[in-house]
Amino acid sequence: MNPKTDILSLPEEELVHPGSRACSGCGLSIVYRIALKALGKDSILVVPPSCLTVLQGLYPIASTKLPSLNVTFASTAAAATGVLAALKVLKREHTTVAAWAGDGGTADIGIQALSGACERGEDFIFICYDNEAYMNTGVQRSGTTPQGALTTTTPFSGKLQVSKDVPAIMAAHGVEYIATASASYPLDLFDKVSKAKGFQGVKYLHVHTPCPSGWGFEPQDTVKIGRLAVETGLYDLYEIEHAKRKLTGPSKRLLKKERLPITEYFKTQSRFKGLSKSQMAKIQKQVDEKWEAYANS
Amino acid sequence: MTKVKKFEHIVTSHGEPGPGDGGRTGSWRVLRPVIDLDRCIPAKRNKMACFTCWLFCPDGVITRTIPPQINLEYCKGCGICAAECPAKAILMIEESHFITEEE
Repeated sequence: MNPKTDILSLPEEELVHPGSRACSGCGLSIVYRIALKALGKDSILVVPPSCLTVLQGLYPIASTKLPSLNVTFASTAAAATGVLAALKVLKREHTTVAAWAGDGGTADIGIQALSGACERGEDFIFICYDNEAYMNTGVQRSGTTPQGALTTTTPFSGKLQVSKDVPAIMAAHGVEYIATASASYPLDLFDKVSKAKGFQGVKYLHVHTPCPSGWGFEPQDTVKIGRLAVETGLYDLYEIEHAKRKLTGPSKRLLKKERLPITEYFKTQSRFKGLSKSQMAKIQKQVDEKWEAYANS
Repeated sequence: MTKVKKFEHIVTSHGEPGPGDGGRTGSWRVLRPVIDLDRCIPAKRNKMACFTCWLFCPDGVITRTIPPQINLEYCKGCGICAAECPAKAILMIEESHFITEEE
């Protein structure tokens, strides 16, 4: 296995210009900056409407230094397939194609195109940055919004339904490489994106991305909150390589360590202020059961 | 049959790469990060080390140099660098403080 990247071996060159329209303290900005370092200059991005469209630049200035194609919401993976076909004709198969969508563009609106591309075995990396709602349109609930979270479309009692487990849906497609990462662990993210480039077919990365304005916390806490999600065991970092799942880095260490109570995570964000004590106890029980299963497997 | 135009002649709406798509985002700042060089690990030891601020800065406005430099023209003042600094070497100071000084 490749040695793990550290801060000094991470490429210094920035592929994102400063002064983007992303909010102050945006988790996606960290994810974008670091993942682009891993993708490298020889890459093309395919991006549907999302916060990333705003971050990458509207018009006439683009804050990204990589070629990027803005496509319609439902067509991310289909458009990436088209880019791959064009590269094949141009004999530029060395170029990495990365489709990069939000949770809405992956779990809800974009899922049919993604599922089709997985089935066909198209050779691109699909990165889903999961900020758990439609953020740039004003915090509407999405398929991956956690249960109990307040959004502008679930304003009183929070979302009633459980969130979709998108990496598991992808695993059911039998793709070679799936990984989850977090904005709070950029080096782990860098290693996973770099590793994904070595596999065939669709490679799927699900990145937990705290959003200060949508989740209701102060911008300086972005990294802290992403870390709490991992340390409480709510969000786990793992890789599924050829259908074999293994926990990685901080989540692997949690197997031997005491997890923080989930209330530590919930109390930091205003979107969870509607959760009752009994609801929290129920979620804590689910998390405990999940980790028990991990420990026994 | 219509003649296919050469690529250069096709009008596309594309953005050119460059800084400042959102303007000079330094003006968003309410608190300004100031590095205390007596505490900053690379500055104190004069060694390439730490750079946690550089790693986590969402906008990439901190350099991986000794000492780290902050580009205040675009720094949005989120304060992640100050929150994550293991040596607590970055202080967030109110912008109004600097306005009176500059005047």
